[in-house]
Amino acid sequence: MKFGILVNEGPYQHQASDSAYQFAVAALAKGHEIYRVFFYNDGVNNANKLTEPPQDDRNITRQWSALAAAHNLDMVVCVAAGLRRGIKAEILAPGFNISGLGQLIQAGIEADRLVVFGD
Amino acid sequence: MSGTQAGEGGNSKVKRFMIVNRKAPYGTIYALEALEVVLIGAAFDQDVSLVFADDGVYQLKKGQQTKDIGQKNFSPTYRALGDYDVEKLYVERESLQARGLAPEDLLVPVRVLGSTELSVLMEEQDVVLSF
Repeated sequence: MKFGILVNEGPYQHQASDSAYQFAVAALAKGHEIYRVFFYNDGVNNANKLTEPPQDDRNITRQWSALAAAHNLDMVVCVAAGLRRGIKAEILAPGFNISGLGQLIQAGIEADRLVVFGD
Repeated sequence: MSGTQAGEGGNSKVKRFMIVNRKAPYGTIYALEALEVVLIGAAFDQDVSLVFADDGVYQLKKGQQTKDIGQKNFSPTYRALGDYDVEKLYVERESLQARGLAPEDLLVPVRVLGSTELSVLMEEQDVVLSF
């Protein structure tokens, strides 16, 4: 199956991004395709490469970047939501790209299922 | 319902998108940013409908005044949705009643549906985006 994933919450404050990541890992392991991961609302903060959690905690941003590199994932950060929160190209972690909300609608059109992770 | 003919957005597919609004308009940013999704969905010529449930019914309340909290009153946008061919607005009856509201308190005409009817409608969608 072809999945789209929408992440609407930032890292650490909320489990949404962890759950979305674990869902993506599980789906890929089962041989499913991830059409796109779209980051919206505070979810854009997942793309911040300045993220630096304590040593014994997971680095959510780095996890996403690694997953994207391993599976050639298309990870899109909403430009308007990002600008509002200071997420710009210069602080984008590897694998993330900035684009418009149209990419979310496109994911809804092209994917078999669009799964929302939020509050 | 994929496969329907395209409009101006150049998409060959039209899908049914339902945006579910569950939060009050100003305590968080969800309502405002959900509205952005609605407008882009309409710009892509998709079949977009909106549901207002839980505190989301407050998004449509008449007479919103936001000056004192220093935020923009974006509620007039709901009245402009018709210009974008977004005409399917559903409000959950139980949420409305629990908050002492009636359809006359809302700033746009809506269809009031019970949660059971709404769940049937949700089942028919291709994409449900919940905010």
